[in-house]
Amino acid sequence: MSEYMLETRELGISFGGLKAAQDVNLKIKKNALYGLIGPNGAGKTTVFNLLTGVYKPTTGTFYLDGENLTGKSAIEINKRGIARTFQNIRLFSNMSVIDNVLVGMGNQSHCNLFESIFRLPRYWKTEKELRAKARELLRVFGLDEERRTVASNLPYGKQRKLEIARALATNPKLLLLDEPAAGMNPQETAELMETICFVRDHFDMTILLIEHDMSLVSGICDELTVLNFGTTLATGPVAEVLSNPEVVKAYLGD
Amino acid sequence: MNAQQKLPAEKKKIKLKHYINYLLILALLIPFSITGLAGNIKGSTSLLLTQIAYSMILAVSLNLVVGFLGELSLGHAGFMCVGAYLGGYFANQMHAVIGSKLVVLILSALVGGLMAALFGLLIGLPTLRLKGDYLAIVTLAFGEIVRTVFMNQEIFGGALGLDTQKYGKTLYIAALVFAIVTVFVAQNLMRSKHGRAIQAIRDNEIAARAMGVNITYYKLAVFVIAAFFAGIAGVIYAHNTTPVDYGFFSFNYSIEILVMVVLGGMGNITGSLLAATVLTFINVKLTTQLSGDLAALKFLLYALILILMVMWNNAPKLAGLRAKVNFRNLVLWIKQTVFRLTHKTPEGGEEPPTNAAWDKIPTKIEMDAVLSTDLKPDRSFEADKPQAPTKGDKQ
Repeated sequence: MSEYMLETRELGISFGGLKAAQDVNLKIKKNALYGLIGPNGAGKTTVFNLLTGVYKPTTGTFYLDGENLTGKSAIEINKRGIARTFQNIRLFSNMSVIDNVLVGMGNQSHCNLFESIFRLPRYWKTEKELRAKARELLRVFGLDEERRTVASNLPYGKQRKLEIARALATNPKLLLLDEPAAGMNPQETAELMETICFVRDHFDMTILLIEHDMSLVSGICDELTVLNFGTTLATGPVAEVLSNPEVVKAYLGD
Repeated sequence: MNAQQKLPAEKKKIKLKHYINYLLILALLIPFSITGLAGNIKGSTSLLLTQIAYSMILAVSLNLVVGFLGELSLGHAGFMCVGAYLGGYFANQMHAVIGSKLVVLILSALVGGLMAALFGLLIGLPTLRLKGDYLAIVTLAFGEIVRTVFMNQEIFGGALGLDTQKYGKTLYIAALVFAIVTVFVAQNLMRSKHGRAIQAIRDNEIAARAMGVNITYYKLAVFVIAAFFAGIAGVIYAHNTTPVDYGFFSFNYSIEILVMVVLGGMGNITGSLLAATVLTFINVKLTTQLSGDLAALKFLLYALILILMVMWNNAPKLAGLRAKVNFRNLVLWIKQTVFRLTHKTPEGGEEPPTNAAWDKIPTKIEMDAVLSTDLKPDRSFEADKPQAPTKGDKQ
């Protein structure tokens, strides 16, 4: 157990000669809301992909709750407790709302293929438990009424919520949100901020989020790291970082 | 979490959709079994029913791969070929040892299925790890190669085909029971944790991986299960037709199975069963009624049916109609009709059943219209004036 939920040390990846991210040092305390910002192409999503096992880091290491997860597979990392959402919504669009969440809960059922096909007692037991859990989760997000709706038929804001719910269904310790407010109007963004804070308090979750919407970032984040061209530009408490002349320069130019 | 606040429990009622597939097969099985066991069934009817049964098995198993998993396989007849030759050969050997024909049939079905599954594993292991259409290419090649290889083996009768012992007029009963087993496995698999993972892979592989779904494992599992049942269909074929003709398992036949799946609807087991029944029926009738070249008309008919089906599914002008014509509304219509017939005087009586909740759900087309007009992405950076943080939203 460590003081930090997530700690990265000189984490980096290069594609050929291009250093998409290098020397990323994040120290995220437990139950913190941590923001990762930066101009387009700064390498924010790359960091997410490193942390979720989509890419294997070429340099550095990262630790989740003191446990070294560097180089583990996506499935393994998910099992250890990192879940994410995507910049462009990636729901299982032809499946119902509850089935989306149940896919996320798959790692909590140990019912094998044989038991499922022949409907042995364990199948019924786990299925019942998971369904109850899934509905509880959906109720928290106000989606229980629509649990039978096909996911692609949900309105945009609810699709975002469902994606967060689905990530939470995997029972993570750390939640990564990739631009949760993309494509939302100010009112929806305000609602989303409430949801994020609620998730943090209700599920006792540590959250790392990428965001372009500064009102959201400054509204809810405790700490920030600014990336630019794959490197860390500034890190620290929100007010301090946002008034940093380097950061202003990166966003606005000279 | 607040456990006291009970959610309204899921209604425990027997849903028609869970049993409709079995009912469909039983509808063929029961009436014909009664006449069949009494010995009054025509040879042609029994042949037709057997053909329908193995078409059902093939269509449902291919639907697992194409419809639920979302991978294109063009060599399903190849797996059937493996089952037919190896299962048939095994049965020939067993007839000398075991007297009961039924036991031989079951054993050879297992052997044929397992051999086909083994081939499925060998094909799937390298190809399913790749993205894209490699599986389609490899299965296409496999289907053509495997039948040529069997043709060239003297042990399997060479170009004359493998002589098998034909089963009597009651083979179709066993065949339809195998179809029920196939439906049982397919349906139960898809309504479990594993089935959800499989469909998640189809819908979004990247997200499925991020949710901890083991992509390669599931792809391989589905492919092997589908190959297993194709092998069983092959064994049934071998006991229905003698000699086993390697020409039957051509690319055309793989496509014919695919047509059944597409026609019945991707990921729709009931549809596969219906399409298999109808297409096999048309096929057999055309081949027996029309002679020689005219039998090729079936391909014209398949093409027409497919084109109409694709148009029905995709034409934008039919969107409104499509939203109204569905199974649930059909059931509702039947309910209402029955209500009208049984309640002659509706005044002051109960309301006829409606499906109000269903009508409220917007169709995809309507949703797209809403999304494109009302929601403009608001991505303006406010970074030009870095604000002092307002932490009012957080306690």
